[in-house]
Amino acid sequence: MSIMTYRQALRDTLRTEMRRDPDVLLLGEEIGVFEGSYKITAGLLAEFGEKRVRDTPIAEEGFTGAAIGAAMLGLRPVVEIMTINFSLLALDQIVNHAAKIYGMFGGQARVPLVIRTPGGGGQQLGATHSQNIELYYAFVPGMKVVAPSNPADAKSLLLAAIRDDDPVLFLENLALYNAKGEVPDDDTPGEIGRAAVTRPGRDITVVAYSRMAAVALTVAERMAQTDGIDIEVVDLRSLRPLDRETVVDSVRRTHCAVVLEDDWLTYGIGAEIAATISDGAFDWLDAPVRRVAMAEVPLPYAKTLETAALPSADDVTTAIRQTLASVGRRAGKDIP
Amino acid sequence: MIDILMPRLSDTMEEGVIVAWRKKPGEAVEIGDVLVEIETDKATMEHEAYEAGTLHEILLPEGETVRIGTVIARIDDGREPLAGTPPRDGTSQGKPPAPATSEPPIPESGSAPATDPAPTEGGAATSPPARRPLATPLVRRLARDNAIDLNEIIGSGPGGRIIRADLDRALARSPGATGHSVPAASGGATTPNGGVPTGATSVPFDTTRQVISRRLTESSSSVPHFSVTAVADVEELLALRARINAELDDAGQGKVSLNDLIVRASAVALREHPGVNASYSEEGRGATLLHEHVNIGIAVASDHGLVVPVIADADRMAVSRIAAESRRLVGLAKDRKLSGADMTGGTFTISNLGMYQVESFTAIINPPEGAILAVGAALPEPAAVEGAVAVRHRIRCTLSADHRIIDGALAARFLSTLTSLLEHPLRIIA
Repeated sequence: MSIMTYRQALRDTLRTEMRRDPDVLLLGEEIGVFEGSYKITAGLLAEFGEKRVRDTPIAEEGFTGAAIGAAMLGLRPVVEIMTINFSLLALDQIVNHAAKIYGMFGGQARVPLVIRTPGGGGQQLGATHSQNIELYYAFVPGMKVVAPSNPADAKSLLLAAIRDDDPVLFLENLALYNAKGEVPDDDTPGEIGRAAVTRPGRDITVVAYSRMAAVALTVAERMAQTDGIDIEVVDLRSLRPLDRETVVDSVRRTHCAVVLEDDWLTYGIGAEIAATISDGAFDWLDAPVRRVAMAEVPLPYAKTLETAALPSADDVTTAIRQTLASVGRRAGKDIP
Repeated sequence: MIDILMPRLSDTMEEGVIVAWRKKPGEAVEIGDVLVEIETDKATMEHEAYEAGTLHEILLPEGETVRIGTVIARIDDGREPLAGTPPRDGTSQGKPPAPATSEPPIPESGSAPATDPAPTEGGAATSPPARRPLATPLVRRLARDNAIDLNEIIGSGPGGRIIRADLDRALARSPGATGHSVPAASGGATTPNGGVPTGATSVPFDTTRQVISRRLTESSSSVPHFSVTAVADVEELLALRARINAELDDAGQGKVSLNDLIVRASAVALREHPGVNASYSEEGRGATLLHEHVNIGIAVASDHGLVVPVIADADRMAVSRIAAESRRLVGLAKDRKLSGADMTGGTFTISNLGMYQVESFTAIINPPEGAILAVGAALPEPAAVEGAVAVRHRIRCTLSADHRIIDGALAARFLSTLTSLLEHPLRIIA
């Protein structure tokens, strides 16, 4: 077990996998000489050379397509798309090709492709560079989408993604790159499609993934002190396949839930989770499922407006208090 | 339009005093805004809005004392009231108050005008019985499982919704569910309010205890129980179990307990006597419901209380499968992970206190089942065998049955089949 950042965990895992398997190669903009816009690939060009760490033109559709072809022929490409916003330029390659080749052509070729890409706002990058659009990929059968919230999961899920025979969108988050945490030393891949109860609790279930799963843990620890409540945090970790069982199981025990997401509320991932809870835990619910999401606007550039639009720890705290109030629990006062 | 009700702000609160309105009619209300200050029996507390809108009208002025569940104000959220939402009759102890708003109140369709004669105590009684009270899905399920009429419960959730906390309080108050009611004759030991006697500690019920308390009180007081006991010589059964376990052990499989064999034997006996695998029904002039499946509940004393997980179709399962299923269910019970599904659908229950060396006992029927089997320990005792006294292992099985559907002779025939199976155990596994 070592303490390291999310960024370091990704970098180390890429290096280990490239050493382990000569078929693993990296493609992306500025990942070689410049060592990546967020320095995830630092040092890899020097170690593995231009053939396996390939700087590409600014042409997402082209290099994603090239990676799909390479994957079909047996390589294990790991594509870096600088931010998830630019993946829109490769949408056709991902949705219409990577996700469908295995099924459409009778299983003749698999597509063991990983697309690493960070989402997230809050960096004053403007509306077109601050989105959380992993939903677009989680929507598509044939894709797998994972979204680790801590360094340990970043490692275990990247190992799993690289070794998986299907296309995996590996969602990172700009706000998580410097997050530190314990990372196991062994190289056991995680299981794609398995959520984690990152904090067991009795009073309410908070479901989240990626950055918001980290926010949820912080809020849970704080509210245990300030409000004397015991929050269970379910970190989805994988958006497709979705571990509905863990979510339902948790809500059946706590009888109420708040779902967090960094994207927009309407038609969002929170809606899918709320429907999952309604399907699996209807008779266990003591309050309607509440969702916390971003304001329904293109994210403003101005810092104050940007902060106001993004879901915050305070928003989460308020939603939890409101839900608990509606089941007769008032913060710190009327708790048996 | 959203009704704002006098909330229940403490466990013991029955009524509250409106101390101060913090919003005026016509003012915008956001979620979390403080609407009103309310004095309870314990403290003065702020009551926040659960929904956003405009404060449409204040129905009760400052200084008024009102029962919980009474509508004290309305918020206009731009929507019509939901169909099926019961209007809440005011149960203010004072005179009907003058509306605090300058506009005349807009009567909602179906709601009683404020000028109606004073409603009777517990406003719900004046509502037509067909109205569906607002309640959460969890509350509806618990009410269904425990035969609770939601019309009798005042909701303290948003819009008067009945939440689990309301149900828990109602259960705790209902007769038979209080753990420490002390007869008046015991005099000085009780406090004036009939609370906890001196020298005693009150351990409040958790949900499991409440359910046990309510269901067994109901069963014991409403089901005419009788019990029948028979003795079975289990020497052969113990020998068979040893042989089965030796084989299972070699195969690396889990062992079979005496109880697993008794579950299987009971299931086979129930198949032979469908009248025991039955429930009483109130339908028509009364009826016996004969169950198609033989689903056997096993009473498990876990650290979290008595629970009865169910082995479905036990008559169609091999003993080794019953053993595996039983192990799984007991494990789940220990971890408090039994689901509702694991505990529903039982048609007969077995309670076994053999491990405590109990000779025999009688059990209370687990409703809506028709009978329950209480099994004692397999103890060595002198017995007459072919005219001579020999020491044999024997167990006593006591069947408690619902006399509305099961007569003594049927209970006796069932026990006779059961003891015969236990004494000729190859027939249990055949």
